[in-house]
Amino acid sequence: MTTTAPGALTPSELLSVVASRELAARRTVFAGIGLPTLATELARLTVAPDIEVVYESGVCGAHPSQLPETIADAVLITGAEAVISMPMLFGCVLQGGHIDIGFLGAAQIDRWGSLNTSVIGDWDSPSVRLPGSGGGVEVMANSREVFVVMRRHDPRSFTAELDFCTTPGPDRALAEGIRSLGAGVTRVITELGILAREGVGDELRLVAVHPGVTVERVRAATGWDLRVADTVEEVPPPTEEELRLLREDVDPDRVYLR
Amino acid sequence: MSMRAAIAGFVHDGDTVCLEGFTHLIPTAAGHEIIRQGRRDLTVVRMTADIVVDQMLAAGCVTRLVSSFVGNSSAGSLGELRRRVESADPAPLAFEEYSHYGMVCRYLAGSQRLPFYPLRSYGGSDLPSVNSDLRKVTSPYPGPDGESEQIYVVPPVNPDVTIIHAQRADRSGNTQMWGLTGIQAEAVYAADKAVVVVEEIVDDEVIRSDPNRTLVPAHAVDAVVRCPRGAHPSFAQGYYDRDNAFYRAWSHISKDPQRLRDWLDEWVRGTADHAEYVEKLGEEFWAGLAVGEALSEPVNYGRRL
Repeated sequence: MTTTAPGALTPSELLSVVASRELAARRTVFAGIGLPTLATELARLTVAPDIEVVYESGVCGAHPSQLPETIADAVLITGAEAVISMPMLFGCVLQGGHIDIGFLGAAQIDRWGSLNTSVIGDWDSPSVRLPGSGGGVEVMANSREVFVVMRRHDPRSFTAELDFCTTPGPDRALAEGIRSLGAGVTRVITELGILAREGVGDELRLVAVHPGVTVERVRAATGWDLRVADTVEEVPPPTEEELRLLREDVDPDRVYLR
Repeated sequence: MSMRAAIAGFVHDGDTVCLEGFTHLIPTAAGHEIIRQGRRDLTVVRMTADIVVDQMLAAGCVTRLVSSFVGNSSAGSLGELRRRVESADPAPLAFEEYSHYGMVCRYLAGSQRLPFYPLRSYGGSDLPSVNSDLRKVTSPYPGPDGESEQIYVVPPVNPDVTIIHAQRADRSGNTQMWGLTGIQAEAVYAADKAVVVVEEIVDDEVIRSDPNRTLVPAHAVDAVVRCPRGAHPSFAQGYYDRDNAFYRAWSHISKDPQRLRDWLDEWVRGTADHAEYVEKLGEEFWAGLAVGEALSEPVNYGRRL
């Protein structure tokens, strides 16, 4: 396994490659556009050739002629295997339990993998109004597992108390007596490393760091007393082949690779 | 019917207006005509509140918004919406927040005249604490483990009028759509009145040659408006592509309240109707959004010999 020269790697490339490896042997993925697109397309070329991406717009089995710019890009529809309505998508596909992995992002995440995508500050008079749930609440409640990719790893984003819980993990749901279909967040991928949890009752633990990142640095960047696995692995850096596929085949125009 | 007549006849001050179209086929031209006619105090219901909602907010048409995603697609923020919510500038906005499936279920309940619709979401979320219409009930039936089950429900939405955009319809309103079909049909059935805006009105025989493609039958439609390119900057599959550059530009335009208002004065209030807006953009511009052909294989419906 050869690695590229340090410095040549962008954060998007690193996150995409690491996320793609986590998709090994997975079948159905509910994904948005951007980093999840890069990760799933790279996974298709490497560790998960049979992966099927379901987009929030209702597109299943897309065969786009170009890299899509949105989850609803016309190139996703032309040549797709199916395009379904919103009641089918959210009611039958997601709530019906057909999704292995959901991909989500968030402004804030807590130790149980619950997410805030609504507001920074108070909901009634926020300092920042974020886009809100979208389908995130449903992806979390109904996917077997959820992967979260966070571009920022700092104590404001990895917080002990969410400003607002838009998207609860199964622990929070269970506290209300409502059982979720899936395990909630099982992987959080950041520029510093990988956090993981098993499911209900388990909290996020640091399981891997990128080369050159110390455990102490990750703990300092996390807004709660972060648990650390007995053995913290070092994430293997992207291989030349992974980067070549990403740069030349997946996103040659660098639409998402920043 | 002309767009002017449809909006004058079906959208009144204080109404609850649903504009649906999930990224695709967004009824932008209808929103612009609502702005031109100066409607006030509207409740807008729309899963993905985006540019057209930001424009209607800036034009002072909207006092209440019901939505599950308030953002400028993946291209940035909605400047006016953020000012209204973050600092009540220039006026407060009543905002009811849902998740996508919560909105879908509201349309399903509304279209079927049911008192509520259950969904397996919201357990542990803070959304019910800011939206008292998200309520929990005990299922009257035992769960798989024999125990009684708690489940959240959402109320129906029944807009005064739903407006959707589609590729084509016949004169009586049988409406055909392809590509992303989202929640439009349910939103039409949930409403008291429905206006369908189409790229083209076609002969009855065209519709009848492919009845499965009719997602909204004429009995649910009160008015059909022909308005080519009326979904811009969103797209109409097979007709024109999405104007991604405008989505990116909107983040800058809407960030500056004066620039946004100048934009509305020039492009919406400064045009008599959507045809003039289309003409003002120019043929060269539209050529940039043109799409090629990718025809589906015809299907054989058969006929009795």
